[in-house]
Amino acid sequence: MAKKPVHFSHNGVERAAFADDGQNLLEFLRRGAGDLSPKYGCGQGTCGACTVMIDGETQLSCLVLAESIDGKSIRTAAGLASDQLDPLQVAFMDHFAAQCGYCTPGMLVSARALLERNPKPTREEVMEAISGNLCRCTGYEPIISAILAVAEGRAQA
Amino acid sequence: MTSTVETVSTMAEAARAVAQGATFLAGGTIVMRDVNAGEAAPRIVRTIDPSLNDIRISGDSVVLGAGVTMAQVLANRDLEFLHPAARMIGGPQVRNMGTVGGNLFAPHPYGDFAVALLALGARAVMAGQSGGRPLDDLMRDRSRSPALVAAIECPRPRAGSFGFLKVSRVKPKGVSVLSVAALLPREGGRIRGPRVAWGAMGPGPMRGASAERLLDGQELSAATIDRVVQAAAEGLSPPTDAIATDWYRREVAGVHLKRLLEQMERG
Repeated sequence: MAKKPVHFSHNGVERAAFADDGQNLLEFLRRGAGDLSPKYGCGQGTCGACTVMIDGETQLSCLVLAESIDGKSIRTAAGLASDQLDPLQVAFMDHFAAQCGYCTPGMLVSARALLERNPKPTREEVMEAISGNLCRCTGYEPIISAILAVAEGRAQA
Repeated sequence: MTSTVETVSTMAEAARAVAQGATFLAGGTIVMRDVNAGEAAPRIVRTIDPSLNDIRISGDSVVLGAGVTMAQVLANRDLEFLHPAARMIGGPQVRNMGTVGGNLFAPHPYGDFAVALLALGARAVMAGQSGGRPLDDLMRDRSRSPALVAAIECPRPRAGSFGFLKVSRVKPKGVSVLSVAALLPREGGRIRGPRVAWGAMGPGPMRGASAERLLDGQELSAATIDRVVQAAAEGLSPPTDAIATDWYRREVAGVHLKRLLEQMERG
């Protein structure tokens, strides 16, 4: 099994690591790059827990071939906070938008991608943006409220 | 079983590997599931050939590279007639990954974009071959396609002559109970050469021969629609899965075809 070198930007930091043959990006990020924020949910592209941004687009890292991100920019939930939390992270706490927390990193990445593309989304646009992320705890309402609160500038950050 | 992934720089090289039995990896939403489950073919090939992502628009047709994603279709205003189908594929992440070419080979209950293309009379351009192959043909033995689809050529429908509808239980993202698309070209108020295609009503996207026969030469009136709806599921053998039984799909096929036709009648 050949290992292939992959150069990529990981939350703004230039990095290089080796990808195994057939390895998916989720495993590569967690094991190879030590970023545990994208979660393994289904490995089938159904749950969205492994959502990351690749060159600004949300994709399912469990279905991306790790070596295919060579030269690309990856953003994960671990990169959302700088010295302060992202306003979305604060709003998720304020609105009790995380219970077990397993879907949260994927939800945050989908929500961040939405707000960067469309800073003032409607409720329907928020629902559409997180439609690829399953949450089995909250019933989605607190998550939608948290994202709308940030969009409407009601969240304290 | 682990798979070996080969990256080649041109479509021609990828086509050669596919002809030798390799599985082609495009957006990953189908093939990577098998890789993760250890069920993929031992040899997988992908290409970084940029022509895979070309979109060419001309007066009466469009050519979509097989690697064009659903999100790219949605971002292109000249492809508006395909937006209702592209919008209904997966969630946002899947639309950023899933490709036009891959959707042709998506197993049940997926493949709703291919349903739209089938109704539109699109043709598949096979890598290294000249001339297109009608999707009707490709869909018939899609599990055994020995050649690589390089692009899709799709005629542009006249305004108001094409409609698409997908029915799912979970909204806005859910797999198909069924999907249906209709192309109804009209001459002097009468339908000439209609094409109806169904998704999730057979092993893959299927033409609706009975509906087409009853639409041909007719005006799109309430009486025509009633006749078509009665016979909608004739000749179709839908699968039973976790979403619906074959009986249920046959029962509701007419209802949804009626909704689509009425929507097209209103314009």
